Amino acid sequence: MKSLACVAAAAMLAAALPAAAQSSDPNLGRNLAATCANCHGTNGLSVGEVESLAGKPKDELVRKMMEYKSGAKPATVMHQLAKGFTDEQIQLMAAWFAVQKPAR
Amino acid sequence: MSMQRREFLKAAGAASAAAAVPGCATMGGASGKVVVVGAGYGGATAAKYIRMWSEGGIDVTVVEPNPEFISCPLSNLVIGGSKTLADITVSHENLTRRHGVKLVKDTATAIDPDKRVVKLSGGGELPYDRLILSPGVDFMWDKVPSLNNAAAQERILHAWKAGAQTVALRNQLTAMPDGGVFVISIPVAPYRCPPGPYERACQVAWYFKRAKPKSKVLILDGNGDVTSKGPLFKKAWAEEYKGLVEYRPNYVLTDVDVTTRTAKFEVQDPVKADVLNVVPPQRAGAIARAAGVVTANDRWCDVDFLTFESVKVKNIHVLGDAIQIGTGMPKSGHMANQHAKVCAAAVVALLAGQPPNPMPVLTNTCYSFITDKDVVHVCSVHQYDREKKTVLPVPGSGGVSTAMNELEGRYAFNWAKNIWADALA
Repeated sequence: MKSLACVAAAAMLAAALPAAAQSSDPNLGRNLAATCANCHGTNGLSVGEVESLAGKPKDELVRKMMEYKSGAKPATVMHQLAKGFTDEQIQLMAAWFAVQKPAR
Repeated sequence: MSMQRREFLKAAGAASAAAAVPGCATMGGASGKVVVVGAGYGGATAAKYIRMWSEGGIDVTVVEPNPEFISCPLSNLVIGGSKTLADITVSHENLTRRHGVKLVKDTATAIDPDKRVVKLSGGGELPYDRLILSPGVDFMWDKVPSLNNAAAQERILHAWKAGAQTVALRNQLTAMPDGGVFVISIPVAPYRCPPGPYERACQVAWYFKRAKPKSKVLILDGNGDVTSKGPLFKKAWAEEYKGLVEYRPNYVLTDVDVTTRTAKFEVQDPVKADVLNVVPPQRAGAIARAAGVVTANDRWCDVDFLTFESVKVKNIHVLGDAIQIGTGMPKSGHMANQHAKVCAAAVVALLAGQPPNPMPVLTNTCYSFITDKDVVHVCSVHQYDREKKTVLPVPGSGGVSTAMNELEGRYAFNWAKNIWADALA
């Protein structure tokens, strides 16, 4: 029954904190990063010619994405895709990639 | 897991926020049984990610009758002759070997949503806590009555599910004398892979230009205009394939004459072809109907975009081409892969007693080959809208190529390698 009590507590907390949802889900960075895998590989480990993102410094990833987003950095698709993410989402996914084990 | 607890977890899952409760050790680990029907772009990805994100805690069984994965994306290159079927075929074995997914070579024929059991054509039954249907599309042969039999379907090909039909269409093209006419009939949208028929026209034209220059590609479109990348395709037909390709809109197919390879239409006169390729109207795969999750126009499945759970039947999720799409979401392999990850994250959360991600994001990137090397893309980003309870394209994001180019051809092959690995490796 302990687990029932935990769930009840979670449900109450959840109901009380809708605005904080986006920043409190520990998997948001992971889930956002997963949208990149189709071209950059599962967990940011590319098996093709497009670069791996796993283990890249967060600042570098954020800077590139913000340059794509602003149009400062030319691209084939990334300037169009980057505009679909909020600045906060870019921070979250970059932070997640930065702590993944890089390709050997 | 008792029924009572399951219902309670469901209620907790419906809450709108994700808040961890300190001290609740049982919250972290997800467990339970998930059955996935279909090991294509949607189903295989969902199976792998549920195993990966539950750290092996959730038992995942995939039901798939086909011995290997054969990609629809890139299959037009096999028809054009620059790739072979082997180039677009991937084994399922790493799902089992690397990820511990149980693979059942069988066909799901019925679902009992009350007992939560999948019934197989071989007589077996698979119980589930959550069921994921990624059945792709079935063809609505009743809309093309003369093709509603196996012999006719071997003569007038669809090649809209990659495999034997893809090779057979290639063989019809190589057997066709120079000076012949290839006709492709396109159904009224929505259908699987909006730009696919136009890419196919380009690949056949690429082959004709080199091998059969007196031949012609005739596109007879049920739609009022090209449904995807229109200006880019039209430019290719006017320049790269000048004199080889003709495009005609508003040709809604009603039937064919199988013997004479003649296509018949609602309004226009019949058209005779040397090779006739009919992409038939489509709807969600049969198991979706059997499960009772078909809710839109008797064809597609409405889902809750936070979880991809059916709006009609609890504990059944639907992915890929079978769903009723949100605004601007194409029926594509890339989208099916993205559906699968939103669904996987939600299923892992729900089976751990946690609410699903309240703000899922999905992307789409679709490359179309104009030649064997030159490619054009369309891409988009879709964010969940809490008020409208659907996913919507982000204003100002997405777009298409400025012109066909070889760099994107390389990126298209990179996409294929990575998405195949993302689903199956």
